[in-house]
Parts: sequence; C-alpha cells; structure tokens
Amino acid sequence: MIALDIQELSKSFDSVEGRIPVLDSVSLQLQPGQSMALTGESGSGKSTLLHLAAGLEDPDAGQISIAGEALTGLGDTGRAALRRAHIGLIFQQFNLIPSLTVAANLAFQARLAGRHDPARIQTLAERLGLGELLARYPEQLSGGQQQRVAIGRCLAARPALVLADEPTGNLDEATGDSVLDLMLELTEADGVALLLVTHSPRLAARCAARVHLRAGRIGAVP
Amino acid sequence: MNVKLVIPLLLALASPAAPQGFAGLGTSAEGFAIPERGRALSFPEDHGPHPEYRIEWWYLTAVLTGEDGQEYGVQWTLFRSALAPEEAEGWDSPQVWMGHAGLTTREAHFSAERFGRGGIGQAGVETAPFSAWIDDWHMTSRAGDGQDAFDHLEVVARGAEFGFALDFIAEGPLVLQGDQGYSVKSPAGQASYYYSQPFFRVSGTLDLPDGPVTVSGQGWLDREWSSQPLAEDQAGWDWVSLIFEDGHRMMGFQLRGAQTFTAGTWITPEGGATPLPDGAVQFTPLQHTRINGREVPTHWRIDWEDGGLSITTEPLNPHSWMDLSVSYWEGPLRFSGTHSGRGYLEMTGY
Amino acid sequence: MIRTALTALLSHWLRNPVQLAMLLAGLALATALWSGVQALNAEARAAYATAEGLLSDGGTAQIEHPSGQIDLAQFVALRRAGWQVSPVLEGRAEIGATRVTVLGIEPLTAPAGTGPTLAEPDLEGFFEGLGYAHPQTLREIGPTEMPLAPAEAVPVGTVLVDIRRAQRLLDAGLYITRMTLAQEQPQGLAPLESLAPDLRLVPPGDGAELGGLTASFHLNLTAFGLLAFAVGLFIVHSAVGLAFEQRRAMFRTLRALGLPLRHLTACLATEMVVFALIAGSAGLVLGYALAAALLPDVALTLRGLYGAPVPGALQFNPLWALAGLGMTLAGTGLAGAQALWRLWHMPPLAPARPRAWAMASRRAMRRQGLAALALAAMALGLALWGSGLLAGFALLAAVLLAAALAVPLLLALILRMAERRATTPVAEWFWADSRQNLPRLSLALMALMLALAANIGVGTMVASFRATFIDWLDLRLVAEVNVMPRNSAEAAELQAFLAPRTDAILPMQRIDATLAGQPGQVYAMKDHATFRDNWPLFAPVPDVWDRLAAGEGVLVNEQLYRRAGLRAGSDTLDLPGIGAMPVLGAYPDYGNPLAQAVLALERFNAAYPDTPIRQFAIRTSDAPALIAALQDDFGLPQGQITDQAQAKELSMAIFERTFLITRALNVLTLAVAAVALFAALVTLSGMRLAQLAPLWALGLTARELAALELGRALVLGALTLLLALPVGLALAQVLLAIINVQAFGWRLPLQLFPGDWARLGLWAMLAVLAAAALPAWRLWRRGPSQLLRVFAHER
Repeated sequence: MIALDIQELSKSFDSVEGRIPVLDSVSLQLQPGQSMALTGESGSGKSTLLHLAAGLEDPDAGQISIAGEALTGLGDTGRAALRRAHIGLIFQQFNLIPSLTVAANLAFQARLAGRHDPARIQTLAERLGLGELLARYPEQLSGGQQQRVAIGRCLAARPALVLADEPTGNLDEATGDSVLDLMLELTEADGVALLLVTHSPRLAARCAARVHLRAGRIGAVP
Repeated sequence: MNVKLVIPLLLALASPAAPQGFAGLGTSAEGFAIPERGRALSFPEDHGPHPEYRIEWWYLTAVLTGEDGQEYGVQWTLFRSALAPEEAEGWDSPQVWMGHAGLTTREAHFSAERFGRGGIGQAGVETAPFSAWIDDWHMTSRAGDGQDAFDHLEVVARGAEFGFALDFIAEGPLVLQGDQGYSVKSPAGQASYYYSQPFFRVSGTLDLPDGPVTVSGQGWLDREWSSQPLAEDQAGWDWVSLIFEDGHRMMGFQLRGAQTFTAGTWITPEGGATPLPDGAVQFTPLQHTRINGREVPTHWRIDWEDGGLSITTEPLNPHSWMDLSVSYWEGPLRFSGTHSGRGYLEMTGY
Repeated sequence: MIRTALTALLSHWLRNPVQLAMLLAGLALATALWSGVQALNAEARAAYATAEGLLSDGGTAQIEHPSGQIDLAQFVALRRAGWQVSPVLEGRAEIGATRVTVLGIEPLTAPAGTGPTLAEPDLEGFFEGLGYAHPQTLREIGPTEMPLAPAEAVPVGTVLVDIRRAQRLLDAGLYITRMTLAQEQPQGLAPLESLAPDLRLVPPGDGAELGGLTASFHLNLTAFGLLAFAVGLFIVHSAVGLAFEQRRAMFRTLRALGLPLRHLTACLATEMVVFALIAGSAGLVLGYALAAALLPDVALTLRGLYGAPVPGALQFNPLWALAGLGMTLAGTGLAGAQALWRLWHMPPLAPARPRAWAMASRRAMRRQGLAALALAAMALGLALWGSGLLAGFALLAAVLLAAALAVPLLLALILRMAERRATTPVAEWFWADSRQNLPRLSLALMALMLALAANIGVGTMVASFRATFIDWLDLRLVAEVNVMPRNSAEAAELQAFLAPRTDAILPMQRIDATLAGQPGQVYAMKDHATFRDNWPLFAPVPDVWDRLAAGEGVLVNEQLYRRAGLRAGSDTLDLPGIGAMPVLGAYPDYGNPLAQAVLALERFNAAYPDTPIRQFAIRTSDAPALIAALQDDFGLPQGQITDQAQAKELSMAIFERTFLITRALNVLTLAVAAVALFAALVTLSGMRLAQLAPLWALGLTARELAALELGRALVLGALTLLLALPVGLALAQVLLAIINVQAFGWRLPLQLFPGDWARLGLWAMLAVLAAAALPAWRLWRRGPSQLLRVFAHER
C-alpha cells in the first residue's frame, strides 16, 4: 500500500496582487519505509504541500490519499481523524503540549490513536535519550531535546506517514544532524514513510528520494 | 431672628425702601384708621394700644449721669405694627411687636431688639394696670391711685452685654403735641396722634460690661400712633427732644423729602405747649460722622428765630448707631449757644 | 524620541482594540460603581444636613418635653423670663394627595440660621399661610387649595409654614412641639430648671441623629462600592498586565534603540493616566446615571427606615466628580504598578518569549497561600476579639480577601486531583492545561468568587432576615385596626366612642428618653392578651408579664438589650423620673433604630402624666364595620385609620426597599465580575493558539478545541461557585451575627436557601458562558487558519 499518494495537486492563495498559484498539478508517491526530501526556495510551496498532505489545509484541486484512505473530500472532522490515525507531524517548533510532561507528551498521540504501548514508549525514550527527562515539562528542555520528544511522540503512535517541516531548522548543525539521524533510522526501522521539507541540500541528500519544488511545480534537483 | 427673614418682614409690613419712606412708614393705609384732627385724646385709654391703626410706639429716652460722673443715655421703645386693623387671640393675631433698647456711653453704644407676635402674651400693652412689655423687657406703671399711669414707670431691658432698670417719675403733666395731639407730618397732611411726658425724673441702675452703675437724670416719653405718618417722598427724619437748664422743654423734627417739613413744640416748665409751625425751626447739619459706610450728620445747629433760639448740638457719642434689623441713629446730646442743656437726637433714613 | 516611542506603544492598542475596550470598560465600570455609590451617599448626607438644619436645628440648642408637647404658655413664660426661644410646631398632616411633615415656625423669633435659606421669601404671604416645600414634595402633593411655593432648601416630605398655619393644619391646640434656642441670650438668665423643671435643654446636634442612625446604611453602600471597584480593578490589572507581556519585545526594541528606561516608564505611566482620565470620565457619567436610577429607592428606604428626608432627584456635585476621577487614577496606579515595577526591573535584553508562567508563579502561589493563611488568622482573631462595626467590616474584608487569595491554590489542587483521575489523553491534557493557565485567569476567578460570595452572603442575610421579619410582623401586627387621634380631646372622644364597639383598646403612649446613654423612647403597654400571647421574648424572667403588669420592671428591645449588654433578671435600666427598673426581658424590634423600653400603662401614666395618646391599637372581630363606624359615625378622616393589612403592607414595602439597593449592587458586581472574566479569557485566547496548535496538528478539530475551551471556563466557573458557597455562608454569618448586631442591634438566625443558590449558580454559569462564548466562537470559526499560522515559518 502506498503511504502517501498525491495526484495533480493544485493550490493558490489570495493576495493583494490577486490570486497567486502556490502548487500547480503536483504529483508524488511515497512507499512505507521510504524517506523523501522536499526542497525548494522560500515560497516554492513546499510547506503548503506538507500542510495539504496533513489535511491542515484544503487543496483547490487534486487527490491525496494516506495509507489507502482518501484525504481529499473529507471534512474537518474526517481529516482530523485521519491525522490522528495515520499521520505524525513534526514542525520547526511548537510541537509539544506545554502543559504535559515529556512522558505524557510521548504517550499522547499513541493514546489518541488507540495504540498506546508503554513498552514501545519506554524503548523509544531510551533510544532517543529521553530516559532522564520523562518527568520534565517541555519548556525545561533544550531545542534538540524537544524535537527528539516530538519524534518519539510521533513514532509511538505508529503512524503510516511522518510529515516533518524543517524539524531541525531551530537547531545548531550538530544537534540537527543527530536529530535527523534518529528520525531517519527510526522511520526506516518501523517501515514509516517520511516526507521531509527542508531547504538544506545537505539534509536532503540523506533521504532516499528527493523532490525539488520550483514555483509550484516539481522540477529538476539543482 | 433670621436676618434674611426679618428685613423683608419689616418691609413687608409696609414694603421696601426709599420711595416709600423710612421702614415703609410711608405706604398707604388701606383698611386702617386715619388720625382725625379734633379728636380729643383720653386717658388712660390712649396710653394703651390702638390695633386699628397700623403703627404705634411707646418711646422712652433718658439723659443720665452716673455716680461716677459719666454721662449716659438710655432708650427703651416698644413698636407695634399691624398686618390687619384688628386684634385676635392666639397665633391669629395680626399684631407684631418689636422692642428696641439702647444704652450710650461716651465710648460705647449698646443696642438690642426683641420680636414677638401678639395674641399669645409674649408682647403687648395693657392699660389697667398699665404695662407695656416684650419678653422680659417692660415698662410698667407704679403710679398710685388717682395718678396718671405714666406718673411713675418702671422700665427694664437687657441685652447680651447690657441692661438697665430705671424708675421714671413724672414731675409735670402730659403734653399734647401738634394740634391737641394731632401732629401733622407733611405738607400733604399726613398726620399722627402724638403726645409726650417730657418731665420725668429718672433714677436707677445700668448694667454695663464693667459692672453696675447707679444713675439719675431726666427722661422723656413719646407716644405716637398712626397708619401713615409720612408722605411717600419722605425718606426719614431728624428729631430732637431738648431739656433746658431753666426747666423748659422743646421737641422739634424735620422730615426730609422733596420739601423739608418741620414742626416742633415749645413747652414751659409748667407744661404749657406752643406748637411751632412748618418752617419755624431750622435744622442745619454741622458735622458728619461716617458710620457703616453712611454719612450721618451728628452735629447740628438748630434755630428758632421767633423764640430767639440758636443752639449747636454735640452728641455724647457720635457712633450711637442702633445696628438692628431696622437701623438708625439715636443718642443723647448736649447743646449750647443761646440756650444750653441736654437732650436726645434721633435720625432715620440715612 | 518620546513621541515616536509613544506612537509605537499606542499602536499596540490600535491592533488590539478588544484589549483596549476591556481596559477602558474595566476602568469605567469600576469608576461608575464606586462613584455612583458615593453620589448616593453624598446626596443622602446633604439631605440630612438640610433636614438637621431645619427639622432638628442641628446648629442650635433646643428645649423639649419628653412627651413631645409643650404648652404654649410655657413658651411665653420662658420668653417673659428673657429666654430667647422660638416655638416650633411639627406634625404629620395630609395635604393634597400625600401625608407630609408640617413644620410650623415663628419667623419673628426663629434663631438666625435655622430657617431654610429661601431665595425670595414672601413674608407677607408666609404670615398669610403660604407654605414652602421641595419641588418633589409639591409634585407628590399635587393639586391643593393650600398656597404653596417651591423651595429646594426645605427637606423632601416637609411643608414649611408659619406656626399659625401649622396649628390649623395639625388641628393643634395651644401647644408646640419644641423650642429652638437663639445663640445670643441676654445676660443673667434664670436657669431653665427653676423656670420649667419638666423641660430639658438639648445641646446642638444632640437631637439630630440621622447621620448616626444612617451611618451603617452608608457604610454598607460604601463597602459594596469598594468591592465593585476592586472587582473592576481586576479587569484593569489583567488588561494592563497582558498588554505589558505582549509589548515586552517592543520595550526591548525601544530600549535597544536608546530610549532611556525613565522615559519608557514615563510613557507608559502617561498612557495609563490618559486611559484613566478617558475611562474615568465615562465612568462618572455611568455612575451618575446609576445613582440617578437608584436614588429614588435609596430615598424611599431612608425615609421608610429612618425617617430621613432624602429627595429622589440627584444634584451634580463637581467635587464628587473630582473625587471619582481621583479614585480612578489611584486605582489605575494600583492596577498598573506591578507592570511598571516589572518594566523597571526588566533587563534591557530579556528574552521576548513570554515567561514560563506556571513555573514562575509557583513561588508567587506559595506567597499567596501564606497571605491567605495570615488573613484567615486575622479574621479568626477579629471574630473572637473584635468589637464595633468597623471591626465587623474588617472581619468581612479579611474573610473575603483570604478566600479570594486561596481560590487559585484550591482550584489548582482540585485540578491536579482531576488530572490524576483522568483516563483519556484529552482529559488529562484538559486538566493539566487548565491548571497551567490558572495563573492567567486567577485574578478574574478571584473577582468572580468575590462577587458570588457577596451574592450568596448578602442574599442569605436578606432572605434570613425576611423570613424572621415576616414571622415577627405577623405576631406584632395583631391589632386589627389602628387609629391616630390628632389631639388629646379627640383621643378622649375616641376612647369613649370605641369602648362599647371593640374587644380591647390599647393606647399607645410614649416619651422620648435617653436609655443607657442612647437616644430612645419609653412606651406604655396595657396588660392584655394581645401582648402576652404574641410577643416573643428573649430570656424573660419567670412570670414576666405579671411582673411587668405590676410595674415591677421593664421590657427592653433587642437593640438596647445588646448594645447596653443588659441581662434580664439581674440588670436594671434607669428611666427618667423613675430611676432604676429591673429588666424583665427583651423583645425583637426590627427596623427601629432607637433604644426602647416598655413599661406597664399604669406605671407609665403615674410617672409621666398627661402624655398624649398617639395611637390606639384596637382589637375587634369586625374590622370593616368598625372602620365604617369610625368614618361615618365619628367622622374620623381615613388618613387617621390604618387597618392591619395596610400596616403589614407598609412594613413589608419598607423592608423590601431596604435591600433593593443592596441587591442591585450585588447584581452589578456580578456583572462586573463577568466582564473581568471575559476580559481575561479574550486576552488569554490570543496566546492560547500556540498551546492549542499542537493538539490540532495531532488530530483534534478546531470545534473540539473550542468546545474544550468553553468547557474549561464552565468548569472553572463551577468550581469557583463551589468555593464561593462556603465563603458566602461565612459572609452571611458575619453579616447576621456581627454587622447587623453592631449596625442595627439585632441578631438573626442563619437560614439556608438552596433554591437561591441554584438560581445564582445558573446565573453565574450563564455569565461565565457569556464571557467564554466569544473567544471560543472565534477559535471555532477562525481556528484552522489561525492555528496554521503558528506553524508557518514567517511567524
């Protein structure tokens, strides 16, 4: 089953200068366990593509299905349910729920998805080096630690697809590399598809596949 | 008494200010009786009140000398003023009474006033036995049987700072002023009933802030009632009572109006009275004193050519101002010139 | 530079108009309630001053007789003895469509300054019978044949006339009510005791206790005004605090650009002063409107309860406006002081990120808890050892403040417990998140708690009072008909007329007296089953009624009993002309500000002969027939007859009005608290997005999030209500057992009215719902796009 299937996706926004196309008939597929980097200049539409894939926004045209379930055509509630069941989202920041401890944050999505497995969380926490931090609150963590919690929380729910939007954008290079390493390693091990939005060719190079967006269309990788 | 109320009140008794004469004494007299020439006064009845007339007074003055050699003057007056020409019992009485008392020394002048309504007994005048009173002030007859009520009077008044209790014993008869007691007050013919007892020998005690002083001297009682004694254009009067060293008495006044109107009476020591017609007596102010912002003529020359009289008066205290709800100048004087003696001066409308 | 800085600072408000509206609304509301109450107080006090100047002649001494009547002859006798006194004849009479106090004076002798300052007195008219009355009284009188002229200086409900006219209107004989004494008296007066031993000289100000009697009423109003003001300041505080947080980055930038801290602080202070002046002015207008709306009821209360004549129309007083603005400025300063202090102590390059509230506030929480404990201890101390009305109010303040400070701590405790028990992740987050946001909401919740507790407390007090009062009234008003004779002659005639027609005639006689140092009255009581069967007594001695009838002692009212600390059976009370009398028992006497003692009729008449009979209470089996006979056969005007139902109605009406103003202020306070909560929620909702966005990303819909937000407000509101309940009951207990005893002299049992609580709860929840609805609705409608922006890089 294809983890992420995007067909002829188009999206444009209203602005003062009129309607600006952001995505123009974009198609791509992602298999389970596959990692794909989505690169492009600022404003090339890569974040929009990710938001559309997560069901956070509605496309103007085109089809998206995740783990075989059609996302397009669903209402807000349906998209939220799909998100809960199959998608893990990691952003540059604001990933964690500030009022919950690291432990509760780690378990949150899994419990929401009905796939809570304490043993797995325990393993993930150790793997991510969070063992000592379980009782802490997000604001007591460094940026790298926070992103590791976000990855753990994501994977604990066993999603079909992880969508990551510049997950290391707020981190220094060394921390960012180690976070990305962990993410790649774990998604691959669990057979989870990963779509990574980044503007860094160095990071993109570490993914199995690579797609470059230019002015809303998929183009040649520079 | 609330000053805000009293001034309008007294004016309301007749109504305000200059055009209507001093204290409203110049307004018309609807419903009230009018004095008539030729009506013979009769006593003791006419010592008492005449409620059918608008205004009336019992007016005593005395020039006194104390044991201490100082000169003093005393005034005791009871005014009656009627809102309607009648008398009634209780609060229904339309009679309003006002008492004034003054005591003059060379350095000071004390005054006090009292108000009261008729009908309830707080103030009034009774004839048998004679008593005129307001509150604890009174002028009560002590005359024996067969005597006139005014032959012996006991007079008492007191204020916050002064008081007096004096005996007035008459040493001569009553004197009718004007034409047998009919006293004309203006060229237009306004008049009042007016008689006097100018022959009092006075003795008694004054209460002064420094203590009591025994005094003796001479006194003068004026009785007058009318409904409209002044003409509308008459703003006030200057009045004197003079007691000559030779035992004569003289009363004289001028009413200041569009035309000055004067009148007077020359009284022999035996009580023979000669009325002095308009213009016979002349009043000339010699010196003014400034009192409460007013220029008051406190020194006078008085001339009666036909009687060979030309005197100048000098007040005991030029500041003898009765600073009361109705204010005026009233105080003792000495006079010299062709004649000399003591007397009392009253000036209103300044 | 400063102008640029000010422009930058002010731009914040343009971009956050709701916040600005909240700030201004909070200030305006606080000012309105406070100044409104002050306007009411000032108006009433001015009216007392007028009344005392005229009715009781506050500035002049008076001469009185205990019976309230003096023979006219005695007045004349005093005048003839030189005493400068003036007669006053006062009584109630019907003029036109209403009953008024007829005040007859004698203008010739009235001491200077006692009369009303009439602009243009028509003295001739006055002598002829012209009356002067307040324009409002003229309206109440309506068309009448009596000549009347308007005079603002005359107290409402009074007609000033010449004594002659008063005598006619009151059908009075040759007597007067009292005399006023001129300040200047002649020298050497004989003492009053030797002239009229039965009269007494009352020094200036002594006879006029309106100010004292009504002090408790005004203290009550002031306390409420202050409470409302405090609640309003909560709004201001949260708005100012939030604006400060949101402008942290701007402050940092401005300082980095070289604006000295002093100037920045000055800019912010200026900003606050300007807001205070704008909102304060609006608040004054509101407060004036509020006072104008409430004044008629306050006036009726004061007239009914204390006989204090207060006009129903409000005057504008510039001093009041200035004081109101001053209070607003002071309040703004107080509310904004914390923000300024923090600004002053903020390092120039502090991180712009909002602080970690939950963590940082832990220490603050501990301090708050300690303060609450200290206040609670103080309240306990005041309850045990305090005495006096002020101590009572201090106790109230301590209880309320302690409870308010404890609210966030208790709520946090409850939320933590709920969090432990939560089974689903969303529920867990719900409780944890509620707890974490508590510090931001705590001020608003404290305000809500105060408003609710005040509502419950005052509501319980009023309801308890009403229940007791109705029972008491039923017992007190047993006489079927009451008749008021106009004078002694009519009283005698009435007695003869009534004797064959009734079951019992109970005459009401009384004298004024000073009882245990307090102004009071001694009443005569005929020995009758009406009293024996119906009067509840506290702590009576055995055979109390027999002993009272035998003239062996007195009964005292509860006010006197408590204030003087009397004990039935062992203490005595000094009565004028009698001396010490044993106290036999005490009876409740609600609504009466004066001390009172009851003496057997025979003993009374022996001690105070010729006291006029003011009223007959009549027992009859056929009241309508008796009333008809009194009107038709005896010819008594209707105004002099009151039947039982009328009397009860009147008493209840007065009672209801007494607390009308209190309840109105209560409702307003609750409304202000709701606005405070609204302000807090609206401002909070802006910064909630970053907290909610992850949940949305994790698969909760915007609608679910909105519902949860609404639910959170309701849960917090409900918990606050729950906490307010015991506080409110404690408040009611303090009001009933301490404040009422101190202020009025009676103690009432606390009764519980759960129905009222349920109603209040419903209202409170509606208020909370209203406050939370807008932010939740905005989250629901505009949620997705706003939430998405959180994650957008350009943010």
